[in-house]
Amino acid sequence: MELSTLWFILVAVLWIGYFVLEGFDFGVGMLVTFLGKKEDNRRVMINTIGPLWDGNEVWLLTAGGATFAAFPEWYATLFSGLYLPLFLVLLALIVRGVAFEYRHKRPGLSWKRGWDWCIFAGSLVPALVFGVGFANFVRGLPIESQEGRRWVMDTTVGNFFGLFLPYALIGGLLFVTLFLMHGGIFISLKTNGGIRETARNLAGKIGLVVLALMAVFMIWTAAVHGTGALTWVAAVIAIIAVALAWFANSKAREGWAFTATSLAILGMMVALFTSLFPYAIKALDPAHHMLASDAASSALTLKIMTIASLAALPVVLGYQAWSFWVFRKRISVKNLPVETPETSDAH
Amino acid sequence: MRGMSAETLARWQFGVTTVYHFLFVPITLALSFLVAILQTIWVRTGQERFLKLTKFYGKLFLINFAMGVVTGIVQEFQFGMNWSEYSRFVGDIFGAPLALEALLAFFLESTFLGLWIFGWDRLNKKVHLATIWLAAIGTNISAIFILAANAWMQNPVGFRFNPETNRAELTNFADVMLNPVFLATFPHQITASWLVAGALMAGIAVWHLHRISRQTGARSNADLTGEHATNEKAFRFAAVLGAVSLLAGGVGVIASGDFQAKVMYEAQPMKMAAAEASFDDDADFSILTIGDLNQEEVFSIKIPGLLGFMATGEWGKPVPGINTLQEQYSVELRQQLESEYGPHVAAAIPDDYSPNLPISYWTYRIMMTLGFIAMAVAAVILFALRKGRLPVNRLWTPLMVVFPLMPLFGNSFGWIFTEMGRQPWLVFGVMPTAAGVSPGVSPGMVLFSLILFTLVYGILAVIEVGLLLLYIKKGLPEVEEPKVVTDDDEPLSFAY
Repeated sequence: MELSTLWFILVAVLWIGYFVLEGFDFGVGMLVTFLGKKEDNRRVMINTIGPLWDGNEVWLLTAGGATFAAFPEWYATLFSGLYLPLFLVLLALIVRGVAFEYRHKRPGLSWKRGWDWCIFAGSLVPALVFGVGFANFVRGLPIESQEGRRWVMDTTVGNFFGLFLPYALIGGLLFVTLFLMHGGIFISLKTNGGIRETARNLAGKIGLVVLALMAVFMIWTAAVHGTGALTWVAAVIAIIAVALAWFANSKAREGWAFTATSLAILGMMVALFTSLFPYAIKALDPAHHMLASDAASSALTLKIMTIASLAALPVVLGYQAWSFWVFRKRISVKNLPVETPETSDAH
Repeated sequence: MRGMSAETLARWQFGVTTVYHFLFVPITLALSFLVAILQTIWVRTGQERFLKLTKFYGKLFLINFAMGVVTGIVQEFQFGMNWSEYSRFVGDIFGAPLALEALLAFFLESTFLGLWIFGWDRLNKKVHLATIWLAAIGTNISAIFILAANAWMQNPVGFRFNPETNRAELTNFADVMLNPVFLATFPHQITASWLVAGALMAGIAVWHLHRISRQTGARSNADLTGEHATNEKAFRFAAVLGAVSLLAGGVGVIASGDFQAKVMYEAQPMKMAAAEASFDDDADFSILTIGDLNQEEVFSIKIPGLLGFMATGEWGKPVPGINTLQEQYSVELRQQLESEYGPHVAAAIPDDYSPNLPISYWTYRIMMTLGFIAMAVAAVILFALRKGRLPVNRLWTPLMVVFPLMPLFGNSFGWIFTEMGRQPWLVFGVMPTAAGVSPGVSPGMVLFSLILFTLVYGILAVIEVGLLLLYIKKGLPEVEEPKVVTDDDEPLSFAY
């Protein structure tokens, strides 16, 4: 296999890891405000992802770094071309990360409610932007050649709004609802008490919307943008996995339901990345497609990166899995520490 | 801002976001280890005051760390967003350290810090202690990669220009990781971080010791009883640990700074000349200059021959001035760049090869001055605390408020010097800054994001400082002996 192909797969793996993991904490982040009428329940939900979200987010940084190192042309064209959407994602991730750490550090409901909205917006915006973004990646971006540069994105206003066509909007909605379902199931998997039921019921209701959106988006992807059998197989897996997740959730088999939503994200992302390959960036005008192999770094850089990654990835996966195992227990309102004066609202 | 180019705005954005991000980084680099040391002492001695100190400084560390993490994401993304031509040109070399940083450092620090924060009653004592050490090691591994990447911009090595792909390509990864600029900068940054974190730890501790003395009227720890005595004992330890860390870091900063100046003279003589604002070849080190640095000086205090020693190790050896280097660059470097990289890069080469002189001259001096004053204060703290004495004088309060800021800002000025001194180059001698900006990004977009980043960062700074002050004033927390929770319904000792 060409090293550039291997790195295309690795970049895909990093994005899949990112969405499977941060997907549930995005979902939890969006649900905190709406499922938690009482402060206690909000705290329980936030604590299900408290120890994990930061590690989950590193998958995004690694995907970004790996793209920079292995495909500088891809990284440069995409990040400068999608300036405003990425800027929105950055702002969202900044307020979200700070919110998780700071909301419990002062008493007062208004302090906490303020951060809760940061958590909500900080989880919704990236999910939406990434969904719209990935749909556009497989549909094609307004890439052209300018002044001796082979690939430059046309960022004029018309093209910016061109990013919001029906296919892309369905992608955006799907990412948001899929992560809501994934997060809802995660909450019901990790909690005890009333919140567990509430989250499960909500995941069931959203699940039907996800199923419809996933079916439309995957069939559209495979039929119009796909590159053959592999895309179709992944697309079908994604659709079936959502159905299975919905079914398992309705039977209160939370572990299976969570596995199934994870599989749905995996299938969906494989369908998207196989629709993209062999290109790193598809242009609206096929003359300006960017082949992954053309965007790649030199053989030496890829070789060094391959050795380092293959050595490090198993270790990373090992200790991240261990941390999930350490925090495997369900938590409930009963587990919340008796509030110290500094975090309590009672005054 | 009318008429400002995307380049100027992108540089401002990089400056604002990076200087801001780098306020949190040095604290994280060394405070993580200091907290780990406190917890280790607690695990080994079982004495409660060390657990209190661990939790107290641990909380401040986490408030700081959160800001470091979220502002760090911006750093990785903005190379592609604002500097896409740069990313395209150097990604083959510069991208690898960033990717390895995420893979080898960020995963380690974030995962184990999560385990540390929430693991007090999930892990046994020793395993829990290991998590803070691993998180601390992770943050310091991160420094290796990011400094190696930065050192390459100061002194590009281990690459060749490939005319077919029109970019710089890696030829020797070991050269990149053993870059002399990196080998000098890494110890300089790490030891400077100990200065910063040591000052923070000692400053807060002495502030509390002074408060105890004011509340009780005690002049030494022998006068104290009860809770005051317990708190005094804990903060005395922290004050000494912080001050000693600062002084040890300071010795390291001076030694590595000496090494770094010599490397800088070899790799970037123009930066050295700009730091002195000397136009002609000169061997004297100027301490202070009054007047316009760009012209004849009005008044200047100089140490004859010192600059020669700093740059070359030989007292009194003349160091080339700006005029000499300008002449040399405008012939040799220009020709080399034109032949190697073609008209695209050549068109962006500036006529003036020197960085901004007042900034270079003053940031260099402010950096050193702040470092030296901080070391002096640390020595005064150790003296004031000798034989159980307490810091009684009222001046301790304002001094301890300013003290932690000295090495912190010294660190910032050092980086402003390093990065501004690299100008007008993005990659020294290879890529002019103007050639690196994103072609498709308009000045309006950069201005928009610059304003919003500044606004959000400003608001967060107010919140962050407010929280730090809240927890600093609160003092040592009440603690319970942590134990692994086995009953599913039992309250945890810590949760968000």
